[in-house]
Amino acid sequence: MKLTGAQILLKCLEKEGVDVMFGFPGGAVIDIYDEIPKSSVEHILARHEQGAIHAADGYARATGQVGVCLVTSGPGATNTVTGIATAYMDSIPVVILTGQVPRALIGNDAFQEVDIVGITRPCTKHNYLVQDIEELAVTVKQAFYLARSGRPGPVLVDLPKDVMQQIGEFHYPETVEMRSYNPTQKPHVGQIRKVMKLLKKAKRPLIYSGGGVITSGSHEELTWLARNLRMPVTSTLMGLGAFPGDDELFLGMLGMHGTFAANMAVNNCDLLLAVGARFDDRVTGKVDTFAPKATIIHIDVDPTSIQKNVSVHVPLVADCKSALAALKVESEASLDDHDWKEDHREWVDQVQAWGKEHPLTYKDDDVVIKPQYVVEKIYEITKGDAIIATEVGQNQMWAAQFYKYTKPNTLLTSGGLGTMGFGFPAAMGAQRAFRDKLVIDIAGDGSIQMCIQEMMTVVCNKLPVKIVILNNGYLGMVRQWQELFYDKNYCETCLDAQPDFVKLAEAYGAVGFRVTEKKDVESTLREAFAVDKPVIVDIRVAREENVYPMVPAGASLTEMLLV
Amino acid sequence: MKKHTLSVMVENEPGVLSRVSGLFSGRGFNIYSLNVAPTLEKGVSLMTIVAEGDDQIIEQIVKQLRKLVPTIKVKDLTEMKSVEREMVLIKVNAEDSKRAEILRIVDIFRCKVVDVSVDELTIEVTGDQGKIGALTSLLTRFGIKEIARTGNVALQRSMQIDL
Repeated sequence: MKLTGAQILLKCLEKEGVDVMFGFPGGAVIDIYDEIPKSSVEHILARHEQGAIHAADGYARATGQVGVCLVTSGPGATNTVTGIATAYMDSIPVVILTGQVPRALIGNDAFQEVDIVGITRPCTKHNYLVQDIEELAVTVKQAFYLARSGRPGPVLVDLPKDVMQQIGEFHYPETVEMRSYNPTQKPHVGQIRKVMKLLKKAKRPLIYSGGGVITSGSHEELTWLARNLRMPVTSTLMGLGAFPGDDELFLGMLGMHGTFAANMAVNNCDLLLAVGARFDDRVTGKVDTFAPKATIIHIDVDPTSIQKNVSVHVPLVADCKSALAALKVESEASLDDHDWKEDHREWVDQVQAWGKEHPLTYKDDDVVIKPQYVVEKIYEITKGDAIIATEVGQNQMWAAQFYKYTKPNTLLTSGGLGTMGFGFPAAMGAQRAFRDKLVIDIAGDGSIQMCIQEMMTVVCNKLPVKIVILNNGYLGMVRQWQELFYDKNYCETCLDAQPDFVKLAEAYGAVGFRVTEKKDVESTLREAFAVDKPVIVDIRVAREENVYPMVPAGASLTEMLLV
Repeated sequence: MKKHTLSVMVENEPGVLSRVSGLFSGRGFNIYSLNVAPTLEKGVSLMTIVAEGDDQIIEQIVKQLRKLVPTIKVKDLTEMKSVEREMVLIKVNAEDSKRAEILRIVDIFRCKVVDVSVDELTIEVTGDQGKIGALTSLLTRFGIKEIARTGNVALQRSMQIDL
């Protein structure tokens, strides 16, 4: 069957099971857009390419499927770069299709030409320029395979306009054969036994769980191991939801804004089982004093993550799911003859005592609305059964600390890159994937303005995302650092000039609420969450509230500033 | 800090060199020399990279190179027996009074004179780093006008024994 490049592209997407893509048209991709109405793939028109890529990313995070984004050449492509880097840092499977000028014009500084393959080389897992229609189907197949396999990540495919117009035969390959790419999946049996031996010997074990547990879908295995072997669990920001946040063995997040219990546990454990985490500087604090008493075991599918920041004793390169499943099998036999509960009783009591000594807390106020109080109320009202997206900064940390994530894929947050403006479009992508779920973006008044244009997209696509703005009139996290480490020199962080968010919502055809008094927080949130439309709730919170605990950058985890 | 010679087999596709060099610059690794050319196998190129760093950095470099999608194989030849050679062209001042001495050195080092003019000689030398270092230091006093180096190329020895 002879088809055009554009037709072949859409056939490939159908074959990959893509039901929706987020994009924005332009000259170089008109041929593709011309075919979209005839395809089963739905297209959601964002209002900015950054919104489109974040939406594809949010869709991927919420579903575990590959998110797809389609944009034009030049500025369309460059506008996705922040979103691509965001997905790359958090290992999110996304395929980005960019238009390119016709092949004959490449390199001529043609109108809307940019070397997007060159630009995105360091922030994609891989990228391609399709040079001929013969390569198209194979390339798309590889792109999806690379995006979702091994350590997932964004893959970009650059599509010259004339290739989309070429006529060719369509064959979609059944399998991918790449001699240069064979991600390790199965764990080494010897290493598994070694880990098991260490686990049996350990008196103070701690699981440090990261985003890889969610990406690989191994939350059940992790939970089984923690509960049956009685090992407390701390999680990175990216890992929240993999282990139930309301479980007695859960210590909360570790690191810069981690809990007292989690950081103390890291400092005192004799065995640290790192799963799908990468020892980021926000997690370790001062590397030399991180987990000083522990034998460190590191499970990760990406060998480059191992021994990168922290030297570990037992590396285990494998997909988290197969590694944890193998550990489960190994330990099942031990349940009868090894009293894990008794073995770890003292330790579990100790970490729980730390939790009681300094729980996550804040000084509540009868008049002023505390941002933490708002997040707690959101948790109470939703009973934890919502998808939460966050922006970046204080809002993100409070959303991580005061909402208990009990299921994986329910917290969508830019952990690695820390991209302001991520949360709202990501929530939009998640809402498109789960139309009946409550999807809430916990935002700050700074971040929300970075992709606010997507209000139009959610309104006209009937995606009833709820935006809760913890409005303190500051770029709060930077202000907090200025307060603590820069003599309160609040240079350019005060945002007291801001739009009327209620009117803004209304201008887009959404619903707006404003809350200025504490007594109205709960009732307004309930009302807002019941509306079947996109909503902005503008909550005026305490202006100079800080995120605590806090470990100053570069300090040891035990040097926590507490409330 | 130690120099390591890495042999990297890659798919010969557009942008592959840029992926490798970008990896070094983006992650702050030091590259000392890099040589790349096609092999006999269709579509496969061999890169010889000499990189500097402590063990932990070299381990990261090797892993990061392996992680690149077009990379087929990476070997750290410093950890095995290997043959390493570099070819260098050296244009050296050679007035009449110095010429005989330079030619004697050329002879001792078993190099070749590949171009000659009234007051210059161009010498081609092949060897390992020790030989090339010794030759260049000997020629320095005559005045080296230009130098062009290929960077190391290397292969693992077939028999991993000391010869």
